[in-house]
Amino acid sequence: MIKKRIIPCLDVKDGRVVKGINFKGLRDVGDPVEMAARYNAAGADELVFLDVSATDEGHDLMLDVIKRTAEVLFIPLAIGGGIRTADDIGRLLKAGADKVSINSAALARPELIREAAERFGSQCVCLSVDAGWDEEAQDWFCFTHGGKKKTDIRVLDWVTEGEKLGAGEILLTSMEGDGTKDGFDLPLLKAVEKAVTIPVIASGGAGSADDFVELFRETDVSAGLAASIFHNEETTVGEVKSLLSDAGIPVRLTAGGVPNEA
Amino acid sequence: MNTRETAAAELTDGRRIAIVDYGLGNVANVRRALEFLGHRVELTKDPDVLRGADVLILPGVGHFADAMKRLEADGLIPLLTELKEEKPFIGICLGMQLLFEHSEEGDVDGLGFIPGAITRIETRLPVPHLGWNALASDRPELDGKDMYFIHTYKAAPGPHTVATADYGGETVTALVQSGQLIGIQFHPEKSGDAGLILLQQAVTGGFREKEEASE
Repeated sequence: MIKKRIIPCLDVKDGRVVKGINFKGLRDVGDPVEMAARYNAAGADELVFLDVSATDEGHDLMLDVIKRTAEVLFIPLAIGGGIRTADDIGRLLKAGADKVSINSAALARPELIREAAERFGSQCVCLSVDAGWDEEAQDWFCFTHGGKKKTDIRVLDWVTEGEKLGAGEILLTSMEGDGTKDGFDLPLLKAVEKAVTIPVIASGGAGSADDFVELFRETDVSAGLAASIFHNEETTVGEVKSLLSDAGIPVRLTAGGVPNEA
Repeated sequence: MNTRETAAAELTDGRRIAIVDYGLGNVANVRRALEFLGHRVELTKDPDVLRGADVLILPGVGHFADAMKRLEADGLIPLLTELKEEKPFIGICLGMQLLFEHSEEGDVDGLGFIPGAITRIETRLPVPHLGWNALASDRPELDGKDMYFIHTYKAAPGPHTVATADYGGETVTALVQSGQLIGIQFHPEKSGDAGLILLQQAVTGGFREKEEASE
């Protein structure tokens, strides 16, 4: 049986891990390769590095981080942030990434998804969507630039188009949930998961291990992603998986992550 | 103790491994994993290097018909057919599928080293079959191990199947072996410690076949 994936996300700026609260107020928390190794040992099923560097030099440092990570870690590694072109994607994959998540650049030019999927395969292309609820329109809209700019593109239209263009996966972040620790945005996740046939990764709002149980009980998403609750050690990947396993939700049990391996 | 370091340490003599380079897919991570395990790895289509290697790896991510076209254009098919009799030969992901007789993906013939055909996964779950899934096998060291899969087409279980995985009611071949020929549907280089240990086993000795395993 396929396992529900638990994915820690590391925001990386100029080669260092930083933490975001509501996409603002960044602070330095560690070396990405070291933290990636810790999460691997704890049983993370996959890792995401989100490059929040503002400069070309910062993005170049990311390539070095990917290389160093890929030499010692043998679980899937996804990279997001700062990706403009198919050549950018080629560089990240060559450095050792397994897939990339693209957001603003795909909204600006949807053909990028098709180009990337044709050149590198759909399995490399994760469409990242930052979704915000519009009370007046009673619908979710896409945001860009780390959640700062609202677009007039509806989330449900965009994810179905993204799938048609060749995206292999959707990373869906709730702008309302992100950094709040109020739990995952279940209505949004359910709506998107039903609109596409490709796997959906839920992001934004995880505040406790219980939130992951609720996520997988209430929706059919394939994976849950979180950053701060893992970095701050409010819970661990192992604890989340242990709780999921006890709740009858299939997870990958690793010796390091879960003591009561069945 | 860290199991993957144990797997690397147990190997006293690194093998010379040739990864067949036919211009398809991202093979850097397969290479890194094999180097991590203590082997000398070369990415090549040079017939002399392929002949001289201890182990051959046929990688592949992409389209089946495109892969066969490239193997043919590079003149590799007769050579691979010859070498598969002589040394351990491991196909990974699309590389495993190419070992079979035919694929629905592009409706073309494969290398035909293993009987059977590749067909599309039919399930109500999302396709591709993406993520960690448990192996089912008569072999206790494989059974229940979670491995990382990404694939849209599959080989149905056949006489040479060593391990399978269940995806939404579809039983897919995860591991297949016929003599020195091994096919791995999942990505051992992305399956954490369990994947590295399995990759090491495939490279250094292979697996007993299903018939022998059921003692």
